[in-house]
Amino acid sequence: MASYKVLVVDDEMGIRMGTRRILQNFKVDYPFMDEHIEYVVLEAPTGEDAIEIIDREMPDIILLDNKLPGIQGIEVLEYVKKKLYDIVVVMITSYASLELAVKATRDGAYDFIPKPFTPQELRSSLENITKQLFLKRMTQKMNKEGKLIRFQFLSVLSHELKAPINAIEGYLKIMQERQFGDNITSYNEMIDRSLERISGMRSLIMDLLDLTKIESGKPVQHMQLVDITKIAGISVDTMRPYAIQKDVDIYLNTKEPVMMEADAKEIEIIFNNLISNAVKYNKQGGRVDVFVQQEKNKIKLRVADSGIGMTEEEKSTLFQDFVRIKNPKTKHITGSGLGLSILKKIVEMYHGDIEVESIPDKGTTFTIILPTDNS
Amino acid sequence: MKKTILIVDDDMDYLFQMKMKVEQFGFDTITADGQKEAESIIETVRPDLAILDLMMESDDSGFILAYKIKRMYPDVPIIIATAVTAETGITFDINSDENKQWIKADLFLDKGIRADQLQREINKLLKI
Repeated sequence: MASYKVLVVDDEMGIRMGTRRILQNFKVDYPFMDEHIEYVVLEAPTGEDAIEIIDREMPDIILLDNKLPGIQGIEVLEYVKKKLYDIVVVMITSYASLELAVKATRDGAYDFIPKPFTPQELRSSLENITKQLFLKRMTQKMNKEGKLIRFQFLSVLSHELKAPINAIEGYLKIMQERQFGDNITSYNEMIDRSLERISGMRSLIMDLLDLTKIESGKPVQHMQLVDITKIAGISVDTMRPYAIQKDVDIYLNTKEPVMMEADAKEIEIIFNNLISNAVKYNKQGGRVDVFVQQEKNKIKLRVADSGIGMTEEEKSTLFQDFVRIKNPKTKHITGSGLGLSILKKIVEMYHGDIEVESIPDKGTTFTIILPTDNS
Repeated sequence: MKKTILIVDDDMDYLFQMKMKVEQFGFDTITADGQKEAESIIETVRPDLAILDLMMESDDSGFILAYKIKRMYPDVPIIIATAVTAETGITFDINSDENKQWIKADLFLDKGIRADQLQREINKLLKI
């Protein structure tokens, strides 16, 4: 049970006690909130007392009378505003002149409650304020977390981009200084490694472009009725040269057309990602099997490999940005670590699911489930 | 006797290049391609100096490793070399008192450092 602190600032004891009584057993719930919110009532008979309590207790909500014996309510409001406190202030007053109302609103008063008020008026006002406050704080929290994730993403990205440049620059300097003599063949391995790093960087940049396209708010989707099996075939053909190089066979096990309303480019990205991973993390002489299955209200895209597989622990980090499973078996496999992040974002756009089954040294099967029932 | 320098980096190209440079300076080298391998090496070998990458298995592998090396061999100087600085705005000023408390490294270098600068820094730490 969460609670909000409500500070009542009024010189009339009746109002303070009445507020305490009215809010005693009052709870607010809201569909988005995990728990009810109840209220803890604090009291201040003067503006001076109020400021002291505000600094000490940091209330969430202040019910503030304007006409007080010492400093006026409006000055308490100004104080809260000056300190940039995250407090919702509601004026309770029977002397609400237009001039005061305008000034109080300008200084950040959220609402007015006329005095005298009924218990129902107070409760419904508190309910609205609570919801508003809850949503405001939730938004702030999400913005902060979003920014943090963005920052982590950028810091890893800069590392991933800078590492290959450093590596290539290092090799070029060795060659420039002729550290292994004048014979170019002495540098063959360094040249190969440099080219390898360049191609890794190219694929990272390509993946980043895909990801930016998906993340830049509304992706432009060209939805039309497409044959998923045909797209799988295109992807298999694209990946075949790479598979031959790796001594891996790819089989498309579905022959019949499976139609779905989708963006053909996105479906192709899904297959390209899954099949290239299945080839990349395979063994010599291994195989990759691709299936497209039509079921009631859904279509399943399945890519199974006979590769190195993953442990449960490795599986759990699979969809994070830039995460590449690092172990002795994957040491010489390069990649951007963004492929599955992209895949996941696309599947989310289709409200689909991803299932991963994997047995170390036996292989991995990815199943993408895309709902076709739009209702 | 030649001094031995432990070099740890998960980037095989950087590891190779660093090893080459350090050997040209006249030191022996032991290399590891990650935090785990380095941890098992220091069980049996006390290097005279260690050069660690920061981001390996995890984002802070270099710091963890530095901490573990210092716990076993408090006198072994540690250099953390990384490419994560200017672009991200993350800078680790290990000379500030606040950071000295938890970053157990003696020097923090950018990966693009020139060979002669690197040699000077190593010699300074080894008091040669």
